[in-house]
Amino acid sequence: MSGNRRAYFKRTLLNTCLCLAFFVTVNYMIGARILNRYYTNILNLVLIYVVAAVSLNLTCGYLGQLPLGHAGFMSLGGYTAAIITTRFSIPDIGPIPGQAVLFFLATVAGGIVAMIAGVLIGLPALRLKGDYLAIITLAFGEIIRVLVQNIKITGGAMGMGGIGKYTNFSWGFFWTVMVVAFTFLLVNSRHGRAIKSVREDEIAAESVGINLTYYKIVAFAGAAFFAGVSGSLFAHHICYLEPGNFGYNMSIEMLVMVVLGGLGSISGSIIAATVLTIVPEVLQTFATWKMIIYSLLLVVVMIFKPSGLMGDFELSAARLIRKIFRRKEDVPQLPENYTEGEETDEQET
Amino acid sequence: MNLINHLINGIHVGSIYALVALGYNMVYGIVKLINFAHGDIIMAGAYVAFFALDAGMPTVVAVAASVVFCVVLGVVIEKVAYRPLRKSAKISLLITAIGISLLLENTAQKLFSATPRLFPKIIEGGFYVGDRQISMTTIVTIAVSGLLMAGLTVFVKTTNAGKAMRAVSEDTEAAQLMGINVDRTISMTFAIGSGLAAIAAVLYCCSYPQVYPTMGALFGIKAFVAAVLGGIGSIPGAVVGGLMIGIAEALTKGYLSSMWADAIVFSFLIITLLLKPSGILGRKVVEKV
Amino acid sequence: MNRKPERSPLVPVPSGFLMREEDVDKTPVLEIRHLGVDFGGLVAVEDFNMALGRTEIAGLIGPNGAGKTTVFNLLTNEIEPTRGIIMIDGYDTRGKKPYEICRMGVARTFQNIRLFKNMTVLENVKIGLHNEMKYSIGEAVFRLPRYFDNEEVSDLRALELLSFFNMQDMAEWKAGSLPYGAQRRLEIVRALATNPSLLLLDEPAAGMNPSETLELMKNIRRIRDEFSIAVLLIEHDMNLVMGVCDGIVVLNYGKIIAKGSPEDIMSDPVVIEAYLGKADQ
Repeated sequence: MSGNRRAYFKRTLLNTCLCLAFFVTVNYMIGARILNRYYTNILNLVLIYVVAAVSLNLTCGYLGQLPLGHAGFMSLGGYTAAIITTRFSIPDIGPIPGQAVLFFLATVAGGIVAMIAGVLIGLPALRLKGDYLAIITLAFGEIIRVLVQNIKITGGAMGMGGIGKYTNFSWGFFWTVMVVAFTFLLVNSRHGRAIKSVREDEIAAESVGINLTYYKIVAFAGAAFFAGVSGSLFAHHICYLEPGNFGYNMSIEMLVMVVLGGLGSISGSIIAATVLTIVPEVLQTFATWKMIIYSLLLVVVMIFKPSGLMGDFELSAARLIRKIFRRKEDVPQLPENYTEGEETDEQET
Repeated sequence: MNLINHLINGIHVGSIYALVALGYNMVYGIVKLINFAHGDIIMAGAYVAFFALDAGMPTVVAVAASVVFCVVLGVVIEKVAYRPLRKSAKISLLITAIGISLLLENTAQKLFSATPRLFPKIIEGGFYVGDRQISMTTIVTIAVSGLLMAGLTVFVKTTNAGKAMRAVSEDTEAAQLMGINVDRTISMTFAIGSGLAAIAAVLYCCSYPQVYPTMGALFGIKAFVAAVLGGIGSIPGAVVGGLMIGIAEALTKGYLSSMWADAIVFSFLIITLLLKPSGILGRKVVEKV
Repeated sequence: MNRKPERSPLVPVPSGFLMREEDVDKTPVLEIRHLGVDFGGLVAVEDFNMALGRTEIAGLIGPNGAGKTTVFNLLTNEIEPTRGIIMIDGYDTRGKKPYEICRMGVARTFQNIRLFKNMTVLENVKIGLHNEMKYSIGEAVFRLPRYFDNEEVSDLRALELLSFFNMQDMAEWKAGSLPYGAQRRLEIVRALATNPSLLLLDEPAAGMNPSETLELMKNIRRIRDEFSIAVLLIEHDMNLVMGVCDGIVVLNYGKIIAKGSPEDIMSDPVVIEAYLGKADQ
């Protein structure tokens, strides 16, 4: 059960260890040039997309709404953070490099700006039913694009250059862990259940005392924050921003990742974001057919498996270990259902 | 002086928006789906008309070919992609619609490349009212749209098929119980909507003579905004919404900058949804509990 | 359980005394005055008046399309009334959102079951317990002690509620995979989890066979007695309505045509006419 502390701490420990092991290994591989610059770049891009896709899953998979302006939030976060890092600097504080602190603060600021926009757009939009929400977020994305194109501080249509290449594996990994942990911990709480109940049946949810608007805004704001973070990472990865970076197509790419991975599966989003980022990078022939394949995938997956390839299934390190060691749990009479973990876990049976 | 010109321009573009908005409106009314692919059907219609004219066919034949192609395309999309999902969650249906829209755009891109094609001039001339020139294109566009919308209104109000359409959009199950063939009615709605889109495509190309794969995307969305503004499910609503969007856009382009036109249109949408989600002429729909 | 009003038995009350059952807390939990609603000029419900005691079971009956479910939707403000006043425990519900009405103590089930189908039975009940749990989003995300305390308590409470219908073994099932009868019961459990003082049941016996209906009758009484709440139900099954309700309201064309005890209703010529048509036809 959710209230089982011991199981929660055990799994958190396990997942923290796994995360640390992964982090140390990859950092070693980068340091030892086993992963060259090209692969490291792809890896960073993967992490950026994972952050964006997992956050979109919060609104799309768990809340069950269809926002089409995710790229708009990324754009807000990206530009905000880039404007901050190009205009300010922080001196080193002892062993902590000032530039890292600045990048962290700028990223958080980008997330907060996106989150505020998310709430502002959400307040009117979320009173409406699903399809209006889709169109209003799409409109919002376009308005952002027009704004960015027409104001000075973003460099207008010319774009904005001179952004420091601050995004590296460590930052990408840090924010990935943040978004995954946040989403997972939120979703498996009373607030997360409320969010999921909105997806299942709004009228029923309201009839048992769930404040629909509040939870829609919560999910929306959370998703927008991490979209902004992902935008900041993106900006400091490609170092040059132009309004076209965050178009409708980017929103759609995020959507494909969430849909393919599974609506309501964090690990699904991670896997889909990884595969869909690596494949077009590595296979050039695929890249030219990319959008056609994506659109076909969307239609086919929806027709044959509307909840996405993985549905709401989550990979779980703890469950895997239990399977490998065939540990027979002395299961008590009350069903011992789910406990919490950090990265890729849910449900043990 | 200038204002009148902008207004005429606005009504011109607005009547095309209205035609497209009708398609959105009818489909939304009957299957409660924003047919994201509708804008791309316009694109398909434009390409068919372009190639037909390019091959030297007379205008009437080209328009007919375009209409036929779009009708078939619309009906096939409904049958293959939307029908299997009619009973499933709304979000799946929307995602499918987006998928179809992208598929059409990107297939066109693969087939015809992204380079715009120049649409030939099929309506020439114009005349003067005082010292103000009004092009024939404007007259034809407004006249054709007006006729089509009037015809559609009569069709929906008086014919059996039209009544069936209204019945299905009112209550699908009840309509089925009354012996209405729901599948056929939905197919017919898509057919009419797509046919109107084809004509809108030709009219659009007469004013903006460029054909390219993504031409329908933004145009379609703006037409949808017009449908929402006027009131989803209402034919006069689509007309009012279309004209309003057209005029607003023309005025923005005239007095502000064409850069801001899209932002203004979308702000319209957000304001409408804030103040009166059912649109100017729409009526409030209560979800059944 | 024999609940004939004229010879009501003595029952224990919290103070330890025995009282005539008919005198037990009759302050109304629900009071409706001159309730009415129009749908675009069409009068759907007109001049609807009723009161419901704190531990009463009342039935709302009437032919199809009489406006019964509309009355439920008005009670939960799913539809805003055009006229009239609804008081829950003495508080006016005007302008309240459905979720606020739930917090005021009204829980309901739906005619065509509305469960959270892709979630487990336990989760369904725990969503009902949502407002019983008190921890913030921050406390949830950082897994502070209050999260665990609340979750533990509500897990136990949810199982306890499920065991009321003997469903605790199904806690891990997906709600959508339950058999029909169990889905109806789960919907009631979910409603009870919100700790209501008034439970609205919309055709709880629909699709049930006679033995299940009999079981349901027992359960409705048990709900009233164990949770000591009022129950208002819409039902077509006359055996159930007559067997379980203390009072009955008959609705036709949006208007109340009769009110009274089951016996009165059964012999009321107006009701018979509404149900069977005029005798000479």
